This record gives sequence, structure tokens and C-alpha cells, in this order.
Amino acid sequence: MTRITIDPITRLEGHGKIEIFLDDVGNVKNTYLQIPELRGFEQFSVGRPAEEMPRITNRICGVCPEAHHMAATKALDNLFHVEPPSVTKKIRELFYEAFYCTDHTVHFYALGGPDFVLGPDSPPAERNILGVIHKVGVEIGKEVIACRQRNHHVIKMLGGRGIHPVAGLPGGWSKSMSEEERQEIEEIARKNIVFALFSLSLFDDVVLANQAYVDLILSDAFTHQTYYMGTVDENNLVNFYDGKIRVTDPEGKEFIKYDAKDYATHIAEHVEPWTYLKFPYLKAVGWKGFVDGMESGVYCATPLSRLNASDGMATPKAQEAFEKFYETLGSTKTNGRYKPVHHRLATHWARLVELLYAAERMLELAIDPEITNPNVRTPITEKPDEGIGSVEAPRGTLTHHYKTDENGILTHVNLIVGTTNNYAPINMSVKKAAEGLIKQGTVITEGLLNTIEMAFRNYDPCMSCATHSLPGQMPLEVVIRDADGNQVKKLSQYIE
Amino acid sequence: MTENGKPKLAMYWAAACGGCEISILNIHENILVVDEVFDVAFFPCIADFKTKDVIGYPDGYIDVCLFNGAIRNSENEEMAKLLRQKSKIMVAYGSCAYEGCIPALSNLTSKDATFNAVYKENPSIDNPGGVIPQTEFKVPEGILEIPVFYNTVKSLDQVVEVDYYLPGCPPEPPQIWAVLQVVVAALLEGAPLPPKGSIVGATNVAVCEECDLKKDEKKITRFYRPYEITPEPGICLLEQGLVCVGPATRGGCGALCPQVGMGCRGCYGPLDGVEDQGAKMMSAIASVIDVGDYEGNEEKYEEKVQAAIDTIPDPAGTFYRFSMAHSLLKRARVDNGNGKGETE
Amino acid sequence: MANNTEFEPLIIGFTCNWCSYRAADLAGMSRIKYPPNVRLIRLMCSGRLDPSFVLKALKGGADAVLITGCHPGECHYLEQNYKTLKRYILLKRMLEQFGVEPNRVKLVWASAAEGVQLADEITKMVEEVRDLGPLNWPAVVSPNGDHPIAETEPVVEEVQA
Repeated sequence: MTRITIDPITRLEGHGKIEIFLDDVGNVKNTYLQIPELRGFEQFSVGRPAEEMPRITNRICGVCPEAHHMAATKALDNLFHVEPPSVTKKIRELFYEAFYCTDHTVHFYALGGPDFVLGPDSPPAERNILGVIHKVGVEIGKEVIACRQRNHHVIKMLGGRGIHPVAGLPGGWSKSMSEEERQEIEEIARKNIVFALFSLSLFDDVVLANQAYVDLILSDAFTHQTYYMGTVDENNLVNFYDGKIRVTDPEGKEFIKYDAKDYATHIAEHVEPWTYLKFPYLKAVGWKGFVDGMESGVYCATPLSRLNASDGMATPKAQEAFEKFYETLGSTKTNGRYKPVHHRLATHWARLVELLYAAERMLELAIDPEITNPNVRTPITEKPDEGIGSVEAPRGTLTHHYKTDENGILTHVNLIVGTTNNYAPINMSVKKAAEGLIKQGTVITEGLLNTIEMAFRNYDPCMSCATHSLPGQMPLEVVIRDADGNQVKKLSQYIE
Repeated sequence: MTENGKPKLAMYWAAACGGCEISILNIHENILVVDEVFDVAFFPCIADFKTKDVIGYPDGYIDVCLFNGAIRNSENEEMAKLLRQKSKIMVAYGSCAYEGCIPALSNLTSKDATFNAVYKENPSIDNPGGVIPQTEFKVPEGILEIPVFYNTVKSLDQVVEVDYYLPGCPPEPPQIWAVLQVVVAALLEGAPLPPKGSIVGATNVAVCEECDLKKDEKKITRFYRPYEITPEPGICLLEQGLVCVGPATRGGCGALCPQVGMGCRGCYGPLDGVEDQGAKMMSAIASVIDVGDYEGNEEKYEEKVQAAIDTIPDPAGTFYRFSMAHSLLKRARVDNGNGKGETE
Repeated sequence: MANNTEFEPLIIGFTCNWCSYRAADLAGMSRIKYPPNVRLIRLMCSGRLDPSFVLKALKGGADAVLITGCHPGECHYLEQNYKTLKRYILLKRMLEQFGVEPNRVKLVWASAAEGVQLADEITKMVEEVRDLGPLNWPAVVSPNGDHPIAETEPVVEEVQA
């Protein structure tokens, strides 16, 4: 038996390796995507004061700390039985939309983009943000940097720090928004909308207009039929900050809809000895292994899932984009709902639809007259005992579950993290891609192995790798100083 | 990337969160300079070089390696040693590599307790057979391996020699850029580097120096949890009874957390000459507790002090939030695997 | 709780110059017998005690630490022993989280005239620590004494494929 190892997998957040086993003939016998890392948050958080969790669980992921910060903050609301003031929920949601704007942008342009925009087996030296810029132009690169910069600025303004924010409190937020800040944020939200619309049209021009890419999206090697999970508001429209968790089946019917606090009734985690990560699945269906279909409890929680699990988007332009997405991919309506799209590479497109929604929602909140109300904290009056909070992390539904003693010191912590939801489907996708690509007599090239990695990448945009470099004619002057402040070198290009 | 005389840069993450990678990208346009000056030799976050590529490099091939993340398992340690061998300059980038950071809180518990919670006891776990991950496991096709999970989280300098430390969780982008400029100047122009072992990208004074909140005399009668009071704006948080570890923490971050009403938790590490940041902060905070004058009754006075101290929850996890791997005791004693460091 | 008659606790005693060190001297000069397990380190004031001294002592192999100072109200430097008390209480809370039993770190007030009392406290403490058994912190942190890790071998279980 031949064994091919890809170690480490790259262009995503976190550690992993793929083992591919070929039989004597040269076909794929099996694949395993192993996760070699575990830090142990669920155990070492025990003994910590619960109110520190927004600042501790931040460090689960430095790309999406805002997601953990928010899930933790909501779990604290539940733990202390306190309802934050209406303005606080709006500030939190606005902060969260800014986070989505920076995160989704970066994934599309720098992480998923290179494979998709350039093609899976393009030369590795080009297969990064650099190559994307070659294709789409340096101006776009500047826009990507600018988008990250302005949205991280909002995150810092509202959350205290650009990475690992600190403002979340049970029943509150540690600072309010001033009118000056609000105006700045409003302007930023408007720019975000323009950029999101542009990104969608870029997808049209570069991806959808290219038949080879369309074939790739629609190919069987990258298609799976699983259950889909996402959070929806009272109208069953996508909401990242709050709502009920809805799961639809592979044929598009609603399967369950539940409050975050009931997650353990519906979700269980399966353990395998060859990896540190666990495999969540739907309890009502059961764990049947790494298989697709109605009879398998495997489910997926990604931008694609959120769209599939919802009835639409809550803002107008995003709703238009949503309809175009389903119509273009050949989905029809049954009982008023679009049938799900099962093509995993379409997740990249779904991500851009969400980007547009995040930008529009950010503007809605930024012009809400209540948003500058200074009373952002509700006093705590009850003793803490148990609390569960969930949000949609960009990578999937994120749930924090805490139990404390009566002094609010944690006794138990359970976390189901966004990407974890997708671990089983990811394994399945990798295997299916490998089976489709490696057959008897296939020459194993670097590009082919990267194509197999692609099956992973569309699920896990947990890595922001903004810009790598921008060739072309961008005027720039940079002065480099040594430790004493003396100018050592001046670099400039295209400066007149 | 072909041989072209450009210095080689590597950035690797051990038991990390990715925040350090984001922090370096948050130098925004200045990343262009980094790209112009360096070739990337290994950076799994953004480039497709694999471990076998690194193994194939000659020793010292990488000019600067920015190593972030703590040493939690055998793979982290192996990669630290491999990259040390292949790199001229090894930087402990960020709090995890410098002193353990949040993952090192795990040193207050144990591997057994962690595996129990994560794989067996948590409410959503479906594992009737009590399966736990195995470092070697036989599947029909062959043997699969995963790294050994260590009982104790270590800092980078506890496994390899470190040339520089860049503190922060994560380091603040202006500081990162300042350090990169020094490195670039050294590589391109032969400008001097700081002495080996230096802490770079931070100041030599406490966070309080950068903090705009007004400081007066510190006499604290009791402490409050962050949700118990709303601090008065513009006034030192510690003086209002909110735990803030700023006095024992190295500056350089701009005192960001206190500016939004949340106390510092010490992510930039201790100041020069301090061996144990947690002990230092404990000493400082205890010294400013005020329970009134001594009135002749030893027992009563002690009770008052005890009551004031009882308002500080979780001293170990608070004062060693980021620096556990560098603390004097390093980890909790775990006799019977209960994992909570509790005494019998 | 092992009652090991062969175990001789090693206790580091941080003693303030003005009261308690003189108390120890007095005990000596009065030929009062007390166990030799305490190694005295003289500080000018108990307020000089940095919590890291205690941690260093434990880390270095001490089984317990005794801190002695002037009674409240009698500090040679007026108010510093109040700080000692505050630091001590916070330190003990923290040490419990590390698995160090409360009776391993003790604070005793002793005036220069209280030689007998100090000797009694020391005798009592030695027996308490003897009952607790050795702390042996270097083994907690490193099996071979110089490398700061403590690893357990991974448990290999028979698992069905």
C-alpha cells in the first residue's frame, strides 16, 4: 500500500495533515485528515472567573477572536440571567458585522481566492494573494488592505483592541459609542457595501464567466449532500449575532430549530483515536460514519449552510444576491424555499453574499438613533449558575456552555467551535476529492495534492492572510530606521 | 522562491491561535516592505511550503524565524528545534512563545484531567468506549500518528535558545513594525542588532506610564468583579477596586485595555529584573490594600485582611494569566490526577 | 498523610532582624531545644519579603517556609509588617491553587522576648510538615531536576479499530 502525506496543510488557520492510502492498483483506499493540535481550553478554563471568558476564549482563535468574545459574552448574559440594554445588543451586533466584513473579505481574496481564481494547479509561487492581484489588478489589492484596515479600526474603537477585544461584559459592554465614532463608522459601513458589491461582480467576471471554473464548482468531486446548520431570526432570515439554530435536511426541509440552550439535546460529538479533534453530528439521525445523505447525522455549518438553512437575507441587496445565487446554480423553490445547493466550492460565493449582508446590516445599525445611548450596562442582580450562548462564527455555529459555582467561578466548560462542526464533512470532502483525482496510473504532482487541499480550504477560512505583496505600479515610499532612529534606508517605487 | 540573495523569512505557529499572524498583517501597507526585502521560506499560514522543505534547507538558511505559539506537544518541540537549526535569528514572537500565555494556564491542571473533560465528560460527548486520542493508532491501511500531548506547557526558550523576545498577545502592530525596521536595517545595511536575549518592541517601564487614567494614592478597601461596578471614567481602575495588572506589566501596548474600562491582564510580560510576574503583582496589589488602622487585636485585623483578599477571585489564573510557563513554580502539583491543583 | 519518621522536613525561615531574629537568638542563648529543621535567613524587616522568595524556596526543594516578624503595631519600620500579612494571605490563597497545602507556609509574629514561643511554633510546624510529607517541587516540575517539564507516558489503550 502506498502512502502519501501532506504535512502541514497550508493557507488556513491551524494545524493538520492529510494521509492518503492507495491500494495496490493505485486507487485511493482511504484518506484521513488528522488534527494534531489540542490546547485544552475546556479544561483549563475551569477555576477561572466566568467574566474573564470573553478575554480568555478570544485566544482560541486570533483570526476570529470577536466570535469567541461574542459567544462568551452572550453565555455570560445567560449565566447571570441578565438582559443587556437594547443599545448594547446593537453595539455588539455592529461590532460583529465589522468583524465579518474584514474576515470574509480576507478569506475570499487571500485564502480561498488563489486556488479558485487562479486554478487549483497553478504554480505554487503564484498561488497566493500575489497571483490573485496579478489577475485582478493592484487597485483591488489596495482595496483589500483598506477594507481590513478600516474594519479593524472599528473593532478597536468599539472593542478596545484590534485583535483580542476586551469589552464584553455580562449584561453589557464596557464602553458606549460617541456621535463622532458613529459618524466614522457610518462612513466605513458605506464603503463596505460598495466593496462587497464589487467583490460579487468580480466573482461574476472572474469565476462565473469562466466555464472551467463553473464546471469545477458543479463537479461531483466537490459535491456532498448533508444537513445544513445556521442561525436565523424570527423570519428565518440569516442572522450572525442572535436567533435560533436551524438545521435543514439534504432535500431542503426544516429538520429542527432550537434555542442555543438546547444544543446538547440535538448535537453530540464522536471521538476517533487518530485525531485530537472531535466530530459533531445530529443525535436524532445518529453517527453513521463519514457518509452523506439523509440517514447520516453529519452536518455542515459554513456560509453555504447558513444560506441553505435560511429563507433569505434580511437586507435588500443581499437578498437580491441570495436569489441570484440560487437561481444561477439551478436551484428551484419548493414550498417557498430554495432547494439547497450542495456544491461545496459555491461556499466562496455564499461568503460574498454574507459579506454584502454584513455591510448593509452594519449601516442599518450605524444610523440607528439609539446606537449612541450611553447606558450600555444592565446591573447584575442574580447569582450565576449555568449559561449557554451562541453566535455564527464565520466558520460555523459557535456555542459556549459554562457552569459556575455561586461565586461565578467556572466548574465546567463545553465549547463547540465553528470549524469543529465541519470536521466530518471536511474529511469526507478530502476523501472524495482524492478519489476523484487519484486513480490507477495517475502521476502525483504538487498541484494535484494542492487540489485535494482545496477540498479542505473552502470550509475553513479561519485564517486571515490579507495581503502578501502587491506588484505593479503602486507609488510607495518607506523609510527604515535603526534602533536609534537614524534613517538607514529609504525605499520608494514610482515616486515622481 | 529561487536563490536571489534576498534574506529568508519564516513564521511558524506552535500551540497558537493565529493572532500573531494577523498582528503582522495589521502593519497594513508596511507588509509591502517586508515582501520586498524578504523571501518567504516557510509560513504555513499563507504559503505552501511543507515541513519536508524545511528539513531540506541547509542549517542557518533562514535569516529570521518568527516563532509564535507555546510548546504544548511533541510536534511543537520538534518544529522549534528544526527551525532553530535552520535559522540564524530565532524570535520568540508573542506571549505564547515568550512565556506561555493562555495555553500555559493548562499548567494548573493536567493532561489526564484535560482528556477526561474533552473526550469523556463534556455534556455533548458521545464516547461510551472512553476512546482517547492515541499517539500511534493502527487503522486497516497503516499506522496513524499524532503528537504527544505534554502535561506541561513550555515557553520557546525552555526548548531552544532564543535570540529575541517580542512580547504581547499579540504584539501591537506599531511595535512590530519598529522591530522589523531594525531587523531590515541589520540585514541590508549591517546596522547593529540589540544584544542577544533582548526583549524588543516594548518599553522598559510599566503600562501605567502609557495609561491616561488619573492616578492618585492607592488605598483599596476591597476589589470588585468587572461586572459589579461601572468605573468612573478617567480614573485609575485599580484605585477603584478593579484588578489591573498594569503596575507589574511591561509597557509598549499603549495601555489599550484600561482605556475602555477593562483592567490590564499583563500580556506584555514582566519588567526588567523581575523573575516572576505573578509574584510581583501579588506583592504590589497586596501592599495597597487598606483595612484601616490596627486597633490592637491581631485576630480581628487578620480577619479584615482576609475579607479584603477574598474579593480577589482566582489569584493564580489572574496574576499568571500570560506568564505561567515563566513563573517560578511553572505548574500546579497534581498528585492524583484530579487536575485542579487542589490539596487533599 | 504519611507519618514517615525518617523524613526530616527542610524549612526555610525568613526572619526579621529586629524582633523575631532576636527571639531566635534568645531561644538559643536560653538553651531552649527546638528542632534544627529551620534554616534561618535574616531580613531587615518582614516587609522585605517578596512573595518570590517563598516561591524560590519551595521550587528549590524546601518542604515549607516560615515567615516571622514583629507583632502588628511593633514594626521597627512602623507599618511594613501589615504588608507582610497582606502579601502572605494572598500568597497562600494562590499557593493552594498550585497544590501547596496551607500548612506549608506560615507567618508567626514573635517579639524579641518571645524565645520560648518561637521555639514552640517551630516545633509545632516541623511536626505538621512531617505529617504532610516531602514537597519535593523539583520532582513536580522535572523528573531529573533541571529540565522544566513533567511528562507522563501516554496511556496506550487497546482500542477497536
